[in-house]
Amino acid sequence: MSVILAVDDSPSMRKMVSFTLIGAGYQVVEAVDGQDAFEKAQLQSFDLVLTDQNMPRMDGLGLTKKLRELPQFKSTPILMLTTESSDLMKQAGRAAGATGWLVKPFDPVKLLEVIKKVIR
Amino acid sequence: MADTHQDSGSGGDIDLSQFYQIFFEEAGENLDLMEQMLLNLNLETADDEELNGIFRCAHSVKGGAATFGFSDVAELTHQMESLLDRLRRHELQPNAAMVDVLLESADASRSLLARHQSGDEGEALPTTDLVRRIAELAAGGGVVAAKPVVAPVPVPVAPPVAPVAAPAVVAPAAVASNGSRALEIRVGPLERPTQADAIQELFRDIPGLGSIRALDSGRSDTRLFAVETASSDDDLLDLFTFHVSRDQIQISDKSAAAAAPAVASLVNAPVADPGYGFFDDLPPAAPASAAAAGPAAVAVAAEAAAGFGFFDGAPGLPGTPAPAVAVAVASPPPASVAASASVAKPGVKPAAAPAAQPEAATIRVAISKVDQLINLVGELVITQAMLAQNSRALDPAVYQQLLTGLADLDRNTRDLQESVMSIRMIPMSIVFSRFPRMLRDLAGKLGKKVDFVTQGEATELDKGLVEKITDPLTHLVRNSCDHGIEMPAERLAAGKSETGTITLSASHQGGSIVIEVRDDGKGLSRTKILNKARERGLDVSDQMTDSEVWQLIFAPGFSTAEVVTDVSGRGVGMDVVKRNIAALNGTVEIDSAEGYGMKVSVRLPLTLAIMDGMSVGVGEEVYILPLSSVVESFQVKAEAVSTVGQGSQLVKVRDEYMPVIELEKVFQVPRFDFEKSSDIMVVVEADGSRVVLLVDELLGQQQVVVKNLESNYRKVPNVSGATILGDGKVALILDTGALVRRTRH
Repeated sequence: MSVILAVDDSPSMRKMVSFTLIGAGYQVVEAVDGQDAFEKAQLQSFDLVLTDQNMPRMDGLGLTKKLRELPQFKSTPILMLTTESSDLMKQAGRAAGATGWLVKPFDPVKLLEVIKKVIR
Repeated sequence: MADTHQDSGSGGDIDLSQFYQIFFEEAGENLDLMEQMLLNLNLETADDEELNGIFRCAHSVKGGAATFGFSDVAELTHQMESLLDRLRRHELQPNAAMVDVLLESADASRSLLARHQSGDEGEALPTTDLVRRIAELAAGGGVVAAKPVVAPVPVPVAPPVAPVAAPAVVAPAAVASNGSRALEIRVGPLERPTQADAIQELFRDIPGLGSIRALDSGRSDTRLFAVETASSDDDLLDLFTFHVSRDQIQISDKSAAAAAPAVASLVNAPVADPGYGFFDDLPPAAPASAAAAGPAAVAVAAEAAAGFGFFDGAPGLPGTPAPAVAVAVASPPPASVAASASVAKPGVKPAAAPAAQPEAATIRVAISKVDQLINLVGELVITQAMLAQNSRALDPAVYQQLLTGLADLDRNTRDLQESVMSIRMIPMSIVFSRFPRMLRDLAGKLGKKVDFVTQGEATELDKGLVEKITDPLTHLVRNSCDHGIEMPAERLAAGKSETGTITLSASHQGGSIVIEVRDDGKGLSRTKILNKARERGLDVSDQMTDSEVWQLIFAPGFSTAEVVTDVSGRGVGMDVVKRNIAALNGTVEIDSAEGYGMKVSVRLPLTLAIMDGMSVGVGEEVYILPLSSVVESFQVKAEAVSTVGQGSQLVKVRDEYMPVIELEKVFQVPRFDFEKSSDIMVVVEADGSRVVLLVDELLGQQQVVVKNLESNYRKVPNVSGATILGDGKVALILDTGALVRRTRH
């Protein structure tokens, strides 16, 4: 069973993402911001990281960059799930090493499709 | 080639093997030409020109074979030559048996040559029977027995035939002194070519002398003029010698060519069997210069050339007295030019209008060199496209000169590409020429009478395509003869002429070439095809249009022939034909009227190396679709796509359901921006079916240089090749045929 690290500073959003993923049979570990996620990432490995962009302490892109420096996260898919939709931000995400970019609000069916596609 | 002349003159101690390849090619061309002329020969009305042409082919092959020591070929062709010699002297009347034995001998010569070419391996084909049969036929007239077989001596023999040739040949030009004549006057080589310009002034100064026009002589030290005058050659020479010396002037009479056959035989008679020897490329020069100089002059040129060997038009050569005028009449171009012209495609009927200038010579180069050139130009096109793309961001005000230069580069690159591509273009006659013989044999076997007509033989097509289209065309022509054309009695009963006609034509239509195979046979039978289709369980109805019914014969294993012959109609064929043509990005269409015949049209792109493509974006990738297979494209709503059993998807387009292929899934395309999705449908057609491809965006149409993926990487399913885009990225070219086929099961 695949384990997903879901990162968002909004409790309601975390709840909704977890609900969707658990319903689809994934195991979910929640983190409240980038810093929290990075600490959890050092304790165990994940099959996918799904992260918000704008968060206190460490944002999504910062988290992505830090994760990519860890050997065990070299090729782990990292999906951005954010309200940011400008091309500039997407380019920055690509440069930071994100695997894909999803824009909130999200459609649960599509989110699952995308996860299925990138998780292989 | 001309530069080998000097070596060959030095004696018999040089290594001949270096010329073998050239000889094999020439001999092959001569045998092909001879076969073609034999097939075109009308036994009742065979004229001197045709018979001489055939004779010359055999003669050239014999000469070369003897020179290079292939005595078996020399012996056989010598026999052929003896028979042909009697034919052209009208001592014998040509008949079908002779044509047959000559054709067989040509085949045998080819096979003997092939054996020599491959290093004399394997058993040589026995030719004694052929030799005997030819000898019998040659003796048929009863006047003279066949000549004993002379083992030709492979050393240069140069009998001094010049004195014989020269006076005889001078005659026509000198005789035709009344009325206005069109002449070509060659002056040179001169130390100061401007000397010759004074000749032009003569025509201006002397009223009534005629008109003069300067032509391109192809050499800087020689001037060539086209002159119309009523004055005799002698008068002209007298005038010209005011300015240049007499032996630097060559006058050739264009109007004399017509009057020359008599002269030709006159010359041929004393020079019965000129030495053949060291003139590597000279004898075959005859067919080439034939186009330019007219039939009679060729006979002279061939004999003269065979006799001299050093007859390259350079005056002052020892042992060639007064060559200037003789050469002028016999063959206007200097021999060196004629020699290089000898690589001109044979197959040009010697009767062709004397319009082509011999200066328009051709050279023979290895195909690998051409391919390399094409490859390099392909790279250049890509580099140019990259520069163009990178320069778009530049400020036109600041970089005006650079941008102008880039625009020039763009235009020049395109022109260069076009010119280079045209090198690979060869005329369809190369393909067409194989059919007369095939049809003759086939019709004979089937007991049918068939006329074969070709149109548009000069239409040019990429060499690679020519090679690949030959087999499908052979199949179609064979089908026409076997299934299309009826037996003579049947045709008469149907009120048609006894002889059927099969027409093969080629023409350019837009960016494609269209090749048609037409026959006036019995045509396709709608009912028979529909019945057969029902038997085979195909889904058909009486409401189908004709063209839909005709498409059925492309179904695998479909044949309506009642009797399976050994020629065609085993039930494999049309589907293979169609698949082979589709693999070349081509299409096949059938048109037929029962009782009147049928027509198969094959449409092909002009070249395989460049393709018009539509680039589409899917996720992070760009793919190229062959523009020829794109039907239409439009935006689609997700709900228009319905999923049926086993996850197959269908979309309804104007009441028609079509299978949907998500390229993103087929190629597992990575995607970064999941906000976007494949919501554009591109309808493509291949193999007679249509499918919908889902893509993110249409990026545009462009010409792409096709790179073979298999030779650079490996075979990839659903991909026919690759190209390099303007930004340097590789894009795959999709094999629409394969994509269509994957929806079928």
